[in-house]
Amino acid sequence: MTPYLFAGFAAVLVVSALLTILHKSPVVSALFLVLAFCSLAGIYLLLGAEFVGMVQVIVYAGAIMVLFLFVIMYLNLQHDVESGVQIALRRGLGWLIGAVLAAEALVLFAHRWAPGPMATEGAPAAAGNTQAIGLALYSRYLFPFEITSMILLVAMVGVIVAGKARRGGEGHS
Amino acid sequence: MTALAALWANPDFQFVFWTLVKIFVILNGMLGIVSYMIYAERKIAGHMQARVGPNRVGPLGLLQPIADVAKLFFKEEFIPSGANLVIFHLAPVLAVVPALVSLSVVPMGPNFLVTDLNVGLLLFLAMSSLGVYSITLAGWSSNNKYALLGGLRSAAQMISYELAMGLSTIGVLLLAGSLSMVDIVAAQAGAWHLGPIPIPRWFVFVQPVAFATFMITAFAETNRAPFDLPEAEAELVAGFHTEYSSMKFGLFFLGEFANVITICSIAVTLFLGGWNGPWLPDSLKFLWFFAKLGVLLFFFIWVRWTYPRLRYDQLMHFGWKVLLPVALANIVVTAAGAWWIANR
Repeated sequence: MTPYLFAGFAAVLVVSALLTILHKSPVVSALFLVLAFCSLAGIYLLLGAEFVGMVQVIVYAGAIMVLFLFVIMYLNLQHDVESGVQIALRRGLGWLIGAVLAAEALVLFAHRWAPGPMATEGAPAAAGNTQAIGLALYSRYLFPFEITSMILLVAMVGVIVAGKARRGGEGHS
Repeated sequence: MTALAALWANPDFQFVFWTLVKIFVILNGMLGIVSYMIYAERKIAGHMQARVGPNRVGPLGLLQPIADVAKLFFKEEFIPSGANLVIFHLAPVLAVVPALVSLSVVPMGPNFLVTDLNVGLLLFLAMSSLGVYSITLAGWSSNNKYALLGGLRSAAQMISYELAMGLSTIGVLLLAGSLSMVDIVAAQAGAWHLGPIPIPRWFVFVQPVAFATFMITAFAETNRAPFDLPEAEAELVAGFHTEYSSMKFGLFFLGEFANVITICSIAVTLFLGGWNGPWLPDSLKFLWFFAKLGVLLFFFIWVRWTYPRLRYDQLMHFGWKVLLPVALANIVVTAAGAWWIANR
């Protein structure tokens, strides 16, 4: 049954990812991105990574995309407001980055692409891998983990300071 | 016939078939509870306001839910001009689905659940975080300023209270040592003996702060009074569902009550011992679950008709500056206590 489920999730993922970049309305684009995240979570579940799958939905689909949607709705974008030069510049940059990514993918696939079943690292099944992830995060990867949380804290404080400064400049309300 | 027999012998088919049967039973039970909770809400509200409530349709007004739904079906369907049609139709569906998905991991009896995920609690948190979309999208796609304001308010409110809700469950996780709902219920079996008085090992007795935080955030997550800011009648007409009529409004209504039932089921599972209880044999233990669920549902209705609505800034202040620190402090205290007991 798993291959069929994988095919379903993968098809939804690819189609919704394409529609995210191809659809004209920014709100609909954001919604397709949410769908893409959810189908990606489904693929994680099929791989036996329940924790990652659920956190994917909680963090990306449930928190980050809601904020994105919030901003898009608030701005109420109807059509591109940028001038022709900006669009041309962005197109050029887009093609450049796309070309670099395609080259990387080609190099990678030329080396690693092989038909047949991939050797999968056995996910710890019985106790669930939530425990395994927790143990790894808080022992072997403790330092990177703490560094990441410091960076996030700095970002948070920075946002609050930036917000306060602007409000002070406009006069206290 | 042989093809059918072969299909029946397939374990995958059996799994899908029995899961569908369980989903069918729980879904319809849920719809029954929703319709009679609406009746209970009207009846209790009536008595709290010294009225009698609905009493015309059937004996004691017991057929009122059927009349309500029939009325909703036959009402005129109105779609505002300039509405985004696809999203306008999608939003009411999204209001109901997450609540129903969460119910699949709630063990209602020893053998009465759809599935035992080892990340059951995370599934509930994921689904409740997806619940924001329906209200936000409904508000945006209606092309109505009151609806938009209600949608934006709800997005801010639900994101703020989701954090406190997630944190309040961590105390329970620390004590149960598992994310699976079945394991959490199993961890609450039995009783402590305080002299001759047995006290059930429910987490509400060791995690009272977490339980209070969870219940308060539950009101905010389900947009029930006193946190029903997204649909504050006095200032926003009807908030996000101003432009919805007929069965689409009915779906929002259903979604609200389905969410209340789901979140109360989760509260029963996490804090009130799930289906654990004395006297009854295992096959009837599910009655304990529904009795506890009924008490919590009554509590939701009771609060709604007792407290006035908060102001928006009070809501945000309360969520971020009171509930969140309290939930965090509870985690620290619980972790320290659990560590002390483990190393004694």
